[in-house]
Amino acid sequence: MITAEQKPLNEIINYISPYDRIILVGCNECVTVCAAGGRKEVGLLASAINLHFLQQGRTIEIKEITLERQCDPEYVEELVSEIDRVDAVVSMACGCGVQSVAERYKETPVFPAVNTKFMGASISQGIWAERCQGCGDCLLGITGGICPVARCSKHLLNGPCGGTSNGMCEIAPDVDCAWCLIWERLKALGMEKRYEEIMEAKDFRPAGGGGPRKIVREDLLL
Amino acid sequence: MENFEPEIVAFCCHYCAYTAADMAGSKRISYPANVKIIRVPCTGKVDAIHIMKAFEKGADGVYVAGCLEGDCHFKNGNTRASHRVEHVQKILEDLGWEKGRVAMINMSAGMGERFAGTALEFTEKIKALGPSPIKITNTDKHHKTIG
Repeated sequence: MITAEQKPLNEIINYISPYDRIILVGCNECVTVCAAGGRKEVGLLASAINLHFLQQGRTIEIKEITLERQCDPEYVEELVSEIDRVDAVVSMACGCGVQSVAERYKETPVFPAVNTKFMGASISQGIWAERCQGCGDCLLGITGGICPVARCSKHLLNGPCGGTSNGMCEIAPDVDCAWCLIWERLKALGMEKRYEEIMEAKDFRPAGGGGPRKIVREDLLL
Repeated sequence: MENFEPEIVAFCCHYCAYTAADMAGSKRISYPANVKIIRVPCTGKVDAIHIMKAFEKGADGVYVAGCLEGDCHFKNGNTRASHRVEHVQKILEDLGWEKGRVAMINMSAGMGERFAGTALEFTEKIKALGPSPIKITNTDKHHKTIG
């Protein structure tokens, strides 16, 4: 999923201070799962904003809406009946959602309430970790299902480096050395030979080095 | 604010604090009328939003009273509640409020004295902190708070 974390309250309040009526829009997808911008977080943020302005003797009207998916035009369209009644939109979705709303409603300012972090997996309740950098040319079939692009601090394709120590990375004692994980996994699978194959320099154009990326599926076009 | 009487909301677990309040009553131990009890099936049912809404509606302090550590009827509802209380404390700090306006308290069903004691202690603490910052600003507007 795409992970996110709520922005500092002050930053959000600075964005909306000039306005009297806002919509606080959550998203039912990734940000709900990582507890950053789902219905629950929309409620909590609305409450905190209310308290802030009440403290100043001011009330602002906050409409809470959580869309099924904020990165799809069909769902973003659902805001059409509300958008003219407000001065600004605060989106609790990832950057994709914020931009989808901003692109559809050009007359209304749209502000982000979360910082989009990374594509990650849930490790345990309340912990998410980066697992994919969307490099566009997946290597997981060669590396035993462990990604060196996302999980090696240096993105090495032929690791480990000299900074590995007892299976951990030198950058922090709680960061696994991806290449140690890869070696252990390949060993367990009896695929040590894979490790000996030297990988060539990776083409990072599909990773975004070639400019903004896009997928066009002709078979799905209407 | 000399005669300030705080409004305090106490989310009390049915299996411990609520019964402890009952026990306090049976034993004729009085506790401040400032404390308004909301019975919940387990403190694990109390979400951050419930606490925030209490503050929005004018509570000066909120506490969540659950079972003693390790004694939750539903295994770990009280531990979850204490994490949520900490979360709300962080939100209050972000708002510039005193984090002590919200607290987690643990007790067993038989602790009538402790219920009354903590109710008194918390009420005194909130009296010392003064009215909720939204009340200070909106004193004139705020005729009725929690009802």
